[in-house]
Amino acid sequence: MNAPSGSSLHHNKSRHGGLTSHVLDVLCPMHLIVDAEGDVIHLGPTLRKMFAGLGVVGEPFLETFDLQRPRGVTAITDLRLAEGTKLHLVVRQPPQTALKGVVVPMDGAAGNLVVNLSFGISIMDGVRDFALSNADFAATDLAIEMLYLMEAKSAAMEASRKLNLRLQGAKTLAEEAAMTDTLTGLKNRRAMDQILTVLVEGRTPFAVMHIDLDFFKAVNDTLGHAAGDHVLQVAAGIMIEETRESDVVARVGGDEFTILLPNVSNEDTLRRVGQRIIDRLCEPIPFGEAVCRVSASIGTVWIEHGERPSIPDLLENADVALYASKHAGRACQTLYTPELRSKPHLRQPPPGRRGG
Amino acid sequence: MHGLINRSIQNFVTDSYGRQSWVDVALNARLGFIDFEGMLMYKTPLTPRIVDAMCAVLMRPRGDMLEDLGTYLVSHPRLESVRRLLRFGGVDFEDFLHSLDDLPDRARLALPDLVLPSVELHAEGEGHFNLICEASLVGYGHVMLGVLRAMADDYGALVVLEHCGHAQGVETITIKLVETDFAEGRQFQLGATIA
Repeated sequence: MNAPSGSSLHHNKSRHGGLTSHVLDVLCPMHLIVDAEGDVIHLGPTLRKMFAGLGVVGEPFLETFDLQRPRGVTAITDLRLAEGTKLHLVVRQPPQTALKGVVVPMDGAAGNLVVNLSFGISIMDGVRDFALSNADFAATDLAIEMLYLMEAKSAAMEASRKLNLRLQGAKTLAEEAAMTDTLTGLKNRRAMDQILTVLVEGRTPFAVMHIDLDFFKAVNDTLGHAAGDHVLQVAAGIMIEETRESDVVARVGGDEFTILLPNVSNEDTLRRVGQRIIDRLCEPIPFGEAVCRVSASIGTVWIEHGERPSIPDLLENADVALYASKHAGRACQTLYTPELRSKPHLRQPPPGRRGG
Repeated sequence: MHGLINRSIQNFVTDSYGRQSWVDVALNARLGFIDFEGMLMYKTPLTPRIVDAMCAVLMRPRGDMLEDLGTYLVSHPRLESVRRLLRFGGVDFEDFLHSLDDLPDRARLALPDLVLPSVELHAEGEGHFNLICEASLVGYGHVMLGVLRAMADDYGALVVLEHCGHAQGVETITIKLVETDFAEGRQFQLGATIA
């Protein structure tokens, strides 16, 4: 790094005290010298650049600088008392640069003070506002290294931030994929379990609807898997259409679906929703030349305000209700009541459904 | 090897020869993927593999190719930050040359995982210098040659540069600094990046 240059012969030779100002210019390019009257009589090379054309030399120090700390310094005699302490100053002229400084009396010169200044934390603003270069800082000053570091670190942070955004996008997609049934686009069992956990923890009433397609096996056996897949997709569409956006429709097994309905205030609502789904699923589903006919059995559990059932109990109750629907001749919905459990022939879940 | 190095090579190929050329290089190098991520680490042998693939696919001599890479790193507008970080090294080209010894340390300061090959400047007097480049990657001297050429332009200095071959794992570049202020260099303001 080059030594600060550009001082005139006059400045190089002049002596304001124990140190020649040339020495100070090299070691502290942001120093200034104030005489006993409080007038600025010399500026270091970097300050000369900053105050070019402002006529600071010859003017009172306190007219150029607003001393904010220590407070109450209005005369140069007060400044003398602040020797060695850290000064907080603001240049009165725009852009009102904030500076840090320290003042020391000059050896040998009658009443002269040296004030050495620094940008402190506002270094970035300083180099920009005054178009400073490497040469404007002392060779031993770490300012350039700090600027380098700030710039290098922000470039690295920016690259990391972009990577994080890409990774976050990929994570969201992966999570979405892990939560979705690929055939129907509905939520899968893992997603349903998570949402159910939240509902059970919560305090609002909600309902769980187990839906089993009737005669689905027959469609698969007679018309093939492509027809079966088509029926599942149509059924999924119907369930989405007949429920609210806040309801969660999941495919939890081959032809088994679960709908979670938050904020359900009464059983009538459930009866209506269930009936609509059954009615629509009973309509014939065209598949190419063929027509697929299925229907649906539904078992529903309504959790009223304040009830905190365990998830396995809840799912088992829904199964009991579903089995009651199957037993009642299919294409119907049963709302769970504890009395269902007292009918021994209903207590066993229908084949193909998991317990709990 | 730091992803930043591999990603720079990818950007060089993409910006100079087009995306398809990079895809060909990635396939030729049997990377198993196409895009490098600048902020991830990769196995060291990948880098020589992509350099080999680059020369094979683009059918250019290794030295020329790597020198172009070095020039690209400093002069492409997309990599303005590299140029700026290098310019922090010194007020003029000679000052910059002396800062090269610190280059690996400066890189590590910015990114602790970024390990650059070490370089050593030997001043021979009268504007003559030798730059000794540790070449863990064969041809690193050529990259530095491209960097120096572009930085000399940036500072507006007139220099004569020559790659003097490699021996025992190092490559040497001779530098003759003819004139420091030959032309108007590009501007460098310390505070330029702060809007």
